[in-house]
Amino acid sequence: MSKKPLQKKPEVGTTGHSWDGIEELNNPLPRWWLWLFYATIIWGLIWTILYPAWPISSQGATPGLLGYSSRQAVEADIRKFEERNAPLDQKLVAADLTTVRDDAELYSYAVKGGAAVFRTWCAQCHGSGAQGAVGFPNLLDDDWLWGGTIEDIYYTVAHGVRNEDDPDARYSEMPKWGEILEPEEIDAVVQYVLKISGQSHDAARAEAGATVFADNCAACHGDDGKGDPAQGAPNLTDAIWLYGGDEAAITESVTNSRFGVMPAWSTRLSDAQVRQAALYVHQLGGGQ
Amino acid sequence: MWDYVKLIIFAVIAVLAGIAANNAHDLAYLVNALTVLLVAAVMFLYTLRHMGEGGAPAPQDEYLDGVIRAGVIATAFWGVVGFAVGTFIAFQLAFPELNFEWAQGYLNFGKLRPLHTSAVIFAFGGNALIASSFYVVQRTSAARLWGGNAAWFVFWGYQLVIVLAATGYLLGATQSKEYAEPEWYVDWWLTAVWVVYLAVFFGTILKRKERHIYVANWFYLSFIITIAMLHVFNNLAVPVSIFGSKSVQVFAGVQDAMTQWWYGHNAVGFFLTAGFLGMMYYFVPKQAERPVYSYKLSIIHFWALIFLYIWAGPHHLHYTALPDWAQTLGMVFSVMLWMPSWGGMINGLMTLSGAWDKLRTDPIIRMMVISVAFYGMSTFEGPMMSIRAVNSLSHYTDWTIGHVHSGALGWNGMITFGMLYFLTPRLWNRERLYSTTLVNWHFWLATIGIVLYAASMWVTGIMEGLMWREVDANGFLVNAFADTVEAKFPMYVVRATGGLLYITGALIMCFNLWKTVTSVGAREAEAHATIAAE
Repeated sequence: MSKKPLQKKPEVGTTGHSWDGIEELNNPLPRWWLWLFYATIIWGLIWTILYPAWPISSQGATPGLLGYSSRQAVEADIRKFEERNAPLDQKLVAADLTTVRDDAELYSYAVKGGAAVFRTWCAQCHGSGAQGAVGFPNLLDDDWLWGGTIEDIYYTVAHGVRNEDDPDARYSEMPKWGEILEPEEIDAVVQYVLKISGQSHDAARAEAGATVFADNCAACHGDDGKGDPAQGAPNLTDAIWLYGGDEAAITESVTNSRFGVMPAWSTRLSDAQVRQAALYVHQLGGGQ
Repeated sequence: MWDYVKLIIFAVIAVLAGIAANNAHDLAYLVNALTVLLVAAVMFLYTLRHMGEGGAPAPQDEYLDGVIRAGVIATAFWGVVGFAVGTFIAFQLAFPELNFEWAQGYLNFGKLRPLHTSAVIFAFGGNALIASSFYVVQRTSAARLWGGNAAWFVFWGYQLVIVLAATGYLLGATQSKEYAEPEWYVDWWLTAVWVVYLAVFFGTILKRKERHIYVANWFYLSFIITIAMLHVFNNLAVPVSIFGSKSVQVFAGVQDAMTQWWYGHNAVGFFLTAGFLGMMYYFVPKQAERPVYSYKLSIIHFWALIFLYIWAGPHHLHYTALPDWAQTLGMVFSVMLWMPSWGGMINGLMTLSGAWDKLRTDPIIRMMVISVAFYGMSTFEGPMMSIRAVNSLSHYTDWTIGHVHSGALGWNGMITFGMLYFLTPRLWNRERLYSTTLVNWHFWLATIGIVLYAASMWVTGIMEGLMWREVDANGFLVNAFADTVEAKFPMYVVRATGGLLYITGALIMCFNLWKTVTSVGAREAEAHATIAAE
């Protein structure tokens, strides 16, 4: 370390005040500090001339020489893309959904757009990877409640499920069997559903459940329990469950029923966006 | 006579609180009313049992240090509480399973986050400010605190605010305004406490024996007055019922947002900056045993800071419903604030000129220096982030969180630790701290903790800002929000680890301070509490 004395400059002297032993030196303002302070003030003044700043006129504030507006800036940004995409969107709306795949450019555009729509509007329930969650269907598999063709998917996205906004929404309602059947009957039919879905079950009770199923459930879920997409009745024989497939979850579903809702996206998105979303979902793996 | 008045006051409060509890519309209000009832009842009994004792009149040639000792303990206590909640919610963000199913509605992230911010800013920071301001104003005015036991009222009244606010948050009473969450009745109580605080502080200045008012006291006074104004305006609200916690704000829409961030930004500007600069202006020269660098700089940067800060709030509302002109003004005032803020840093750091060697031997000085350095860093970062174009990237990201914490952990935390290390031996009349080695440990744990915290938040903040705005050639979003959350996970673990180091350091400090009081020999020299002669 340097052995030079720490104070090279002559002491500037103090103000002569002393508080509890604290004194104050009479150093001047550091020049660089002062000039930077002035510079920021000048910069600030210039900025307020260039941009909307002073609320002095009765019509609002001074508009600034550059005529900047944050709203117009973002609108211009959006318009730039919209103009670029408009021809493709028009083509997509006019196209037959089943043959879009043949137009490579249009199809690639639609799927990319659908992915963006999905991330913004659908991921909240169906998951960012479309893997679903309890009560929200997985869209990656080939098990479809309301049908898996591109037209089925388009209809579901456009009109939604069991919502009150769209009279054309997909609609069906399973009764609360707890209000109709006896507890033993529910228990029996749950055992039967466990049986047809290939899970461990009580054979005797399942046998009794077969009758209950045929009398009450087969109308929608089918004699074989394989469901009916026309009514949104799920297939009960696979290992895919929307609300869980163990005994407790099935008992809850039978007793109190379920009533999943999806919004009608045609009320919020353009037809081109709905078509993009449908095409995106259709190509995730399970489209028919 | 005064005892009888007190008995009547406490009895009336207890009865009113009982009526309030009996009619309560919601759980938070009920619990708060019962808390007040309990406090009033205990105070009633205490007063009754000590009737007529009077006690010896307070010695007027001594400083009132009891309340500062209590403040030192409260500061350390609430600091640990606030750090613990903060560290826990940092882990909750990394590992959502820590939002326990059995504690839903009470201990989930949404309930604990305001508890953390209020605990560190108002409980830890507020107690540090009140205690240190009482200490500094007495020493630099060579006068005992004005108003007798009013200072004790300020202390205990403020603790009650903290308890009412904290229990209220957990039970769902909140105005949902950042840093102004407490509901209307807590706001009223805080107003009462704050007015007495101002009276005690200003009264002491008025009866000072020094001709000039020391710079630290300018900052403390500006902090007390401005916070009173901000608090009143931002909390203008009409209760839905006097027997319920819910209230409705007087301002609506963008006016409410603007009032909120006028308040919010100046909570940072006056509570966490001006007040703490007051602390810095006393404890740094005292610990360094050097004169303040420049009297002129202190005047200029004080007035510039006070004038400019109050306009900077709109930079919290860039790209919102707030008109562009207000955004522009908020931004240019924020940039002009850069040098006035740095004036404090220069005065703090340059005060050490001629005493830089102390950095090697005195970990307390080192703590104060790194505090001022973090102050300088975050007061550069702040104006930069207020620039609209920068803000379009940083807004709503973790960068903001990192910015706040480099200020809070670095500047506010470190200067407060330095203050506690300075005060404890003096207030308890000990000849030294229990262990300087432990101070060193605290210094390094806290510093590394802050670096981990700030660096990880810069990375995640900029990363998520870039991910949010990323679009492909057709203008379609590339990332889902959940993608950004997933990408942030490793940095969230780093951040939480930083918090863990920081609270470990604080616990070491508590141990060190405790041992200082209990097992270090008494100071031989002059009694510290005697008011200096003219």
